[in-house]
Amino acid sequence: MKYTVDENGFYGRFGGAYVPEMLYPNVEELRQNYLKIMSAPDFQEELQGLLRDYVGRPTPLYFAKRLSEKYNTQVYLKREDLNHTGAHKINNTVGQVLLAKRLGKTRIIAETGAGQHGVATATVCALMNLECIVYMGEVDIKRQAPNVARMKMLGATVVPATSGSRTLKDATNEAIRDWINNPEDTYYIIGSVVGPHPYPDMVARFQSVISEEMKAQLLEKTGQENPDYVVACVGGGSNAAGAFYHFLDTPEVKLVAVEAAGLGVDSGESAATSVLGKEGIIHGSRTLLMQTDDGQVTEPYSISAGLDYPGVGPLHAHLHQSGRARFESITDEEALQAVLELTRLEGIIPALESAHALAALGRIGAKPEDVVVVNLSGRGDKDLTTYLDRFGLHGN
Amino acid sequence: MATRLQRLFGQNQQGLLSVYFTAGYPKLDDTVPIILELEKSGVDLIEVGMPFSDPLADGPTIQQSSEVAIRNGMTIPKLFEQLQDIRQHTQIPLVLMGYLNPVMQYGVERFLQKASEIGIDGLILPDLPLADYVREYKPLFEQYGLSNVFLVTPQTPEQRIREIDSHSNSFIYMVSSASVTGSTGSKGVSNTDYFQRVAGMGLRNPGIIGFGIHDRDTFTQACTHARGAIIGSAFIKALAKEGSLQDNVRTFIQSIRENEKV
Ligand SMILES: Cc1ncc(COP(=O)(O)O)c(C=O)c1O
Repeated sequence: MKYTVDENGFYGRFGGAYVPEMLYPNVEELRQNYLKIMSAPDFQEELQGLLRDYVGRPTPLYFAKRLSEKYNTQVYLKREDLNHTGAHKINNTVGQVLLAKRLGKTRIIAETGAGQHGVATATVCALMNLECIVYMGEVDIKRQAPNVARMKMLGATVVPATSGSRTLKDATNEAIRDWINNPEDTYYIIGSVVGPHPYPDMVARFQSVISEEMKAQLLEKTGQENPDYVVACVGGGSNAAGAFYHFLDTPEVKLVAVEAAGLGVDSGESAATSVLGKEGIIHGSRTLLMQTDDGQVTEPYSISAGLDYPGVGPLHAHLHQSGRARFESITDEEALQAVLELTRLEGIIPALESAHALAALGRIGAKPEDVVVVNLSGRGDKDLTTYLDRFGLHGN
Repeated sequence: MATRLQRLFGQNQQGLLSVYFTAGYPKLDDTVPIILELEKSGVDLIEVGMPFSDPLADGPTIQQSSEVAIRNGMTIPKLFEQLQDIRQHTQIPLVLMGYLNPVMQYGVERFLQKASEIGIDGLILPDLPLADYVREYKPLFEQYGLSNVFLVTPQTPEQRIREIDSHSNSFIYMVSSASVTGSTGSKGVSNTDYFQRVAGMGLRNPGIIGFGIHDRDTFTQACTHARGAIIGSAFIKALAKEGSLQDNVRTFIQSIRENEKV
């Protein structure tokens, strides 16, 4: 297992827990307990039951015939968009909320970018009758309004983050500050494979159900449990971590991580961390990070709120550095084209984030007989206003 | 050889006043004038903040001062340039405080070497883990004669406080309550159980209380539980007032400890 976390919380040279002393007891409590709790039979029983009956798992693995014809290869879509609440994020929030309850916590906080993680957190908090506070950048509150409305419906308090670029990074800062201020009763449900150890490992484990199902479904549909390619978008990297997880130590499976190039990697308006980042510390983790020569974090840009983050989870930094995964970056424009393409070829409206993964299909060089799984991390309902604007579909 | 920090704490003096400010705020070149005026006003120890774009442990005041300072052009090389000759002007103990990432980008050893050359006495890097310090950096700190100052909080277990004490050689920064910097509620200084618990542990290093200390009352109260206290956000707010920098510094420090020290 070369790509799983070591006992100190590192993936190669990346990871760790670079947190101020105020957070140390909380992070340490989690570190000492997460594996024990997650492996307990009653926890697994409750988790599996909820994933099946509440989230709607397993999600289908769909052979996309017309898309396959277009790219002259065998394209399968892992339909995380069909989960309850519309994205992969809920795989993780169901798991973490059960863990929070077992730790005796009564107040839940979360950060969100696209709002999918916020909605997924607000949902499980409603289900478990727990107080829920979601931090969201002011910019994202505007561009993902439907998800803000859903969180409010679910009884969560949405707190705008007004510092910095007023997006995901700043929402995460605010959530961490809340946790510092409320160390006793509060549990922080992080939405991606970022943050101090053990979060990256814990979130990856909760998302690993994606590749676990893929293997069984591929075996049934193709006679082989390993595909030739797995393609996923990377914001912090949780859907990619889940889609890659059970293939990490199978080098024949090519892993493709797709970042947001924004207006182009050289435009100054981008979120392509693997291209633009250097090693540094963000949100408690040593990882690749977009920053100035003086070590100030750079404000990223992407049309996609969920990918608009200046870092990447430490697992992905390691996959990048070791060459285990190939990294691609997709511009706003290319992602939008992929949205339209999937919509018109397959009748599926993808989330902007997931569209970045789809847009990489033309880049990977798959052969006609190759099996390519694209992780369709979420659906596009939240992005409809952007789509109508960009495709000129208002009116009539 | 005792360092400036060890000499300060070795005098058995109580009621030590330490002041934090963000370098480069309100103006880029205010760093040295603030230090000199603080010394003149009778402050015992100064923490010079190195601004960071994402200060996780800080409340709105220090966040904003950091943002302004970065916009003003403050960087680590710039700060070192400003402080280059500081020891020709003052012998007050100086500690640099900031987040790990900018120091990492500068290069930890290069940073320690430069800080030591200038005559800096210690460092506070709240997100540098104790384990990393012990494993990777402690010999370097010792080589360059710099103290690393650790934080403890009301939630820090006793065993960990002892471990921190054993790796400290100047003072321990006692975070008054579970909070980011700048909170002005009364929960901070009323955390008497915690202060007494730490005081009763017989630690090698003295404690100084910080976070939420913002006026004479909270300062005086904190000083009954530890060797001294640290004021940050309240001082930064005072710097933003109308009037000259010198007047603002002097007026604020007088408001904290007038009559209390000659
Ligand atoms: C649908 C969807 N996909 C992907 C992401 C990016 O997150 P991650 O990289 O953790 O999967 C988000 C985040 O909000 C999302 O909503």
